[in-house]
Amino acid sequence: MSTLTTSFSSNASLRGFLHGLPGVDKVGADARAAMLGTRSIKTTAKRQAIDLAISMVDLTTLEGADTPGKVRAMCAKAMHPDPTNPDVPRVAAVCVYPDLVAEAVQAVKGSGVKVASVATAFPSGRSSLEVKVTDTALAVAAGADEVDMVIDRGAFLAGDYLKVFEEIVAIKAACGDAHLKVILETGELATYDNVRRASWLAMLAGGDFIKTSTGKVQPAATLPVTLIMLEAVRDFLATHGRKVGVKPAGGIRTTKDAIKMLVLVNETTGDGWLDPDWFRLGASSVLNDLLMQRQKQDTGRYSGPDYFTLD
Amino acid sequence: MSERLSVRKTYKLFIGGAFPRSESGRSYVVTSAKGEFLANASKASRKDARDAVSAARKAFPGWSGATAYNRGQVIYRVAEMLESRRAQFTAEIVAADGVSGKKAGELVDAAVDRLVWYAGWSDKIGAIRGSANPVAGPYFNLSSTEPTGVVAVVAPPSGPLLGLISVIAPVIVTGNTCVVVASERAPLPSITLAEVLATSDLPGGVVNVLTGNAEEIAPWLAGHMDVNGIDLTGATPELAQSCEELAAENLKRVLRPEAGPIDWLADPGTERMTAFLETKTVWHPIGV
Repeated sequence: MSTLTTSFSSNASLRGFLHGLPGVDKVGADARAAMLGTRSIKTTAKRQAIDLAISMVDLTTLEGADTPGKVRAMCAKAMHPDPTNPDVPRVAAVCVYPDLVAEAVQAVKGSGVKVASVATAFPSGRSSLEVKVTDTALAVAAGADEVDMVIDRGAFLAGDYLKVFEEIVAIKAACGDAHLKVILETGELATYDNVRRASWLAMLAGGDFIKTSTGKVQPAATLPVTLIMLEAVRDFLATHGRKVGVKPAGGIRTTKDAIKMLVLVNETTGDGWLDPDWFRLGASSVLNDLLMQRQKQDTGRYSGPDYFTLD
Repeated sequence: MSERLSVRKTYKLFIGGAFPRSESGRSYVVTSAKGEFLANASKASRKDARDAVSAARKAFPGWSGATAYNRGQVIYRVAEMLESRRAQFTAEIVAADGVSGKKAGELVDAAVDRLVWYAGWSDKIGAIRGSANPVAGPYFNLSSTEPTGVVAVVAPPSGPLLGLISVIAPVIVTGNTCVVVASERAPLPSITLAEVLATSDLPGGVVNVLTGNAEEIAPWLAGHMDVNGIDLTGATPELAQSCEELAAENLKRVLRPEAGPIDWLADPGTERMTAFLETKTVWHPIGV
């Protein structure tokens, strides 16, 4: 990699860089992810993994039917995932639509739980840059600590990398102090090579986190895609000296899924990323499964969904 | 020309409408009443039991929400499917129990009849267990029956088909879903019955069948917080007692094993159905 410049003035130079990245060995990536997924994590190690995973959850509600009441209830759960057990760590953040940010900020005030907001015409990203910047600015003004933006997949797939790059730069500027997570929507990127290119594009443009998916498109956060993104942040730190976080989101439903992700992090980037500041799990239903497994370890009996709140 | 090799059936578990192998990868040898090798059956683990409970829980809203008439039709359909496999079940009972072919045929007939009998109860049990209660006020006071939820069933070691039908049918006819621990000694008819269930309009997960050691699996089901009732018919007195103690944690409904051997050919009565029913009472103003 001879060109390590972070300023790109033309589509051609950006394309040259992204297409100069080594191709992804699809069979190899799938096999490695599958192999790491078979690791057996039991007893005390599992307990640690469960608590770490809980502390990494971005508890998310992104429905058209979201109400202020639902957001408040979710925030209460974020601060005290299991109200009967104060040992359970709080989650990393709650993630809501921009118009509900103020409600969430109010609800989690002083707890250390961060408020993330999706923005930029989520989930499709099909709008003008002005609207996307305004969307972001409103979320930040309402008190969002983190902004989850979507990239323009249409432009990316059409090869207009500069447009995607400049959009991320503009949104990053609109974020101010808020952390920017760039959603690649890997389910729409078609190839692993594109996932690698989009990861680098988002990091070069200044994203603080790269995130797999909106959760609205299947497949979402698969293990191989997360593996490729983790490799990208590891290599980016080595070549550019800046550490970027990773957030798989969507489709992580069970404790086993979550622990597989943690194994992947540990084996790919090392434990430097095993921290809520650098790795998040975008999910909602996985939290109850983590709590059920935790209770199973405490009581020795299988628990049930009746004993935990919905969202 | 070489002699044809017969194709042997792999007996697996029945969970959520599918036939998975045990998560543990274990199996055990099943022998006939005379001690000859019959087949290898899956030996379910506690995690299979957990998966089965999840499947039963998932199936519960749909099954309990179906009309009683519809549930009756589905169970009647199971009887139809069973009738068409009469010869297969007869052979399996002969192998498992060592009874004569004639006797085994009678047992299969009785099992089919038992299903039809329970199918008829689906829309009638409410009439004998529900009531309009006289109250001192201008109200209709009505009690109606509701299913308990997910019920674990320890199937009897004897009566590989009739006994099994006699414990499953009364649990599901009222709208419960169940996880059945089949007879360890004679599990093969239970998996063949699962094949019948899988092809008879019964939604996946309403009946889940685990084969293996009841001493190993039943306590996990008895302690499981998402199981609402447990039928200990097939449990030994010691196992029944420990399961009942575990079941107390979340106030499961418990059906204790009977003291002596059970005559499965006798009239079963309604006790097995009513053991896993809840009563909901509503007050409604009579108006002017």
